[in-house]
Amino acid sequence: MADMASPKAFAYAPAPESRAVVDIAPSYGLFIDGEFAEATGGKVFKTISPSTEEVLSEVAQGSAEDVDRAVKAARKAFEKWSALPGAERAKYLFRIARIIQERSRELAVLETLDNGKPIKETRDADLPLVAAHFFYYAGWADKLDHAGYGANPRPLGVAGQVIPWNFPLLMLAWKIAPALATGNTVVLKPAETTPLSALFFADICRQAGLPKGVVNIVTGDGTTGAALVAHEGVNKVAFTGSTAVGKAIARTVAGTDKKLTLELGGKGANIVFDDAPIDQAVEGIVNGIFFNQGQVCCAGSRLLVQESIQDELLDALKRRLSTLRLGDPLDKNTDIGAINSAEQLARITELADSGEAEGAERWAPACDLPENGFWFRPTLFTGVTQAHRIAREEIFGPVLSVLSFRTPGEAVAKANNSQYGLSAGIWTEKGSRMLAVASKLRAGVIWANTFNKFDPTSPFGGFKESGFGREGGRHGLEAYLDV
Amino acid sequence: MPTTVPAHGNDAAGRLKELADATASDSALRRFLHGLPGVDAVGLEARAASLGTRSIKTTAKAYAIDLAISMIDLTTLEGADTPGKVRALAAKAANPDPTDRTTPRTAAVCVYPDMVATAKAVLAGTDVKVASVATAFPAGRAALPVKLADTRDAIEAGADEIDMVIDRGAFLAGRYMDVLEEIRAVKAECGDKARLKVIFETGELSTYDNIRRASWIGMLAGADFIKTSTGKVAVNATPANTLLMLEAVRDFRALTGVQVGVKPAGGIRTTKDAIKFLVLVNETVGEDWLDNTWFRFGASSLLNDLLMQRQKLSTGRYSGPDYVTVD
Repeated sequence: MADMASPKAFAYAPAPESRAVVDIAPSYGLFIDGEFAEATGGKVFKTISPSTEEVLSEVAQGSAEDVDRAVKAARKAFEKWSALPGAERAKYLFRIARIIQERSRELAVLETLDNGKPIKETRDADLPLVAAHFFYYAGWADKLDHAGYGANPRPLGVAGQVIPWNFPLLMLAWKIAPALATGNTVVLKPAETTPLSALFFADICRQAGLPKGVVNIVTGDGTTGAALVAHEGVNKVAFTGSTAVGKAIARTVAGTDKKLTLELGGKGANIVFDDAPIDQAVEGIVNGIFFNQGQVCCAGSRLLVQESIQDELLDALKRRLSTLRLGDPLDKNTDIGAINSAEQLARITELADSGEAEGAERWAPACDLPENGFWFRPTLFTGVTQAHRIAREEIFGPVLSVLSFRTPGEAVAKANNSQYGLSAGIWTEKGSRMLAVASKLRAGVIWANTFNKFDPTSPFGGFKESGFGREGGRHGLEAYLDV
Repeated sequence: MPTTVPAHGNDAAGRLKELADATASDSALRRFLHGLPGVDAVGLEARAASLGTRSIKTTAKAYAIDLAISMIDLTTLEGADTPGKVRALAAKAANPDPTDRTTPRTAAVCVYPDMVATAKAVLAGTDVKVASVATAFPAGRAALPVKLADTRDAIEAGADEIDMVIDRGAFLAGRYMDVLEEIRAVKAECGDKARLKVIFETGELSTYDNIRRASWIGMLAGADFIKTSTGKVAVNATPANTLLMLEAVRDFRALTGVQVGVKPAGGIRTTKDAIKFLVLVNETVGEDWLDNTWFRFGASSLLNDLLMQRQKLSTGRYSGPDYVTVD
């Protein structure tokens, strides 16, 4: 054989995406009535890059008065915007979708910097889905008569929207695209730790020539969000985030005529039967819980594996986890990025420690963690039972709880034994079993032989404490129409 | 996991006996093959595509290019092959870039049996192997004695490696044992003189489940290498079918300790393509397979693209087709 001179190690050289494609200003104001303005009182907060803790920018802390100004601007814009023919509104939405595509590299780098998720994901998942969502709802704008709600369904008015930090721009798209397509105007509050992509979106609205006041972005913390959902001028509240905050919002809007949709937590069961396509199931498990560092409301955080193949599957899963590349989120070969904040890292750490304290066995591949920033190794727990906290509470991090089952009936019972009901996965090569199990699971999204696949045409939402209302697809229009 | 032995040799034969139950009868073999986990096509292709997005730059790229060159079975399998053509190809395999003697040699040249002696004469004194297709390549539609004679002919002419084709007709008709026994017979003919590569013609097997089953038949029968394609049909090597075969050799070694090589062939023409395959190897079976004893590319035009990229890395400029040799 021809001997290789070099050693037998295919080590990938660093392949960082360039930061030069994005120009982050040292400070940003609130986007109200088509203009950027300082917050009343001039309060600001810093947003950092969770992978390095470097300060990226200073952002205005919106007060109740700022929220009031934004809602009034949205109210003023509503009259003309809702009176536009659907085809005219569609033109703006198509334009926004195309600008997002054109600026997708810039937005992907920005999102990776502000959120900590790998560039591979922002480039190949977040941004394409954001553009697809705007394209999809642009298509509905002039076809609302045929959406199944009778002729000429009316918009609600001003939508107050509060979104989380795990998919900042994608959650913005899920909220804003259907709202605008149906003729509503919006005031959106991005998450405190990830405000930047929403502010860049404000710039895209200007670039698209969107009329002033149709989209308003008010940055701030929880108090800003609370002021928005409580504002009397808001006709519709849409929230994605934690179940605790969702309950508080439901209490706030109770007794008003505001329409409410909530997309909250989850503890998704990923069920692997003994006739599953094993290699693909392993990929699906990895994608289910380690995509976006597990900070996904519909994550497959509980692996339910048939006991007869448990050892074989766990061996394959551990082998696969050992190949995950954790590190600089801007490196194109990074699989696992940073946790979004110190606060979230503390919560993941606390829950993972409880798993150990309660007797589950912890395993994580050997890998070095960077010195700065917020990091957590991809981790799995075996020997988990329904009684463990890590089997019941949402960890919202890269931690997988492995449970076993003996029969399909037991798998269904365990999968449904949760306060949540957002997602579930089924792995089997047998179509009849797939359908039978899917029909018995109480979860809003059920994936079969795949996991964490998203499409704007497909409705998304929860059962039980995972929330109510649907986003995406034709169903997603209903949340923004007076029907 | 048992300690690893190569598929070639007496140790491997002993290990394979441990799986004798699986090959004891037609029905036992069928049960074994149909008991292998199914393959979800969408998931398999998604995994292969996702590994295809790895960004291999600078030092990693230089390493991958040299590794890929050293793994090529430089191939000519045309009706129009002449001694002159084969001599030129063999000379190129031994000295791929006359302007840079640090360029690695290819692993082998791959020719028809009647061209083996010609290639062998050019390559005498080098470590470049001569591989020969045999067994009524590419269709494999001949009686077993003819296939064995074809194999013997190539080995007697000096072939170091035999690339056989399986009987796809028998496989698709469900006569798995016939396929297995034919491979065993060719393996016996190779003895300790030649390593055996078994070509499945994955494009004709058509489904991923079939490719997984064929891979196991090949390995159970004693193949040293499992190989995707002849290069003569519409669909040849793809990232997905190669990934699937890498999973098969990984699982086979975990079960038996016997290590088997993989050779994608046909349709790999660019450096970019080759690097994607090397990433599949690296992240599926790891460094144990990252040399030309265990992984090969069946290719012809790939070499010149690799050479041009290699020149680009060392000089900083793209040269062009006139700065690499035609063959």
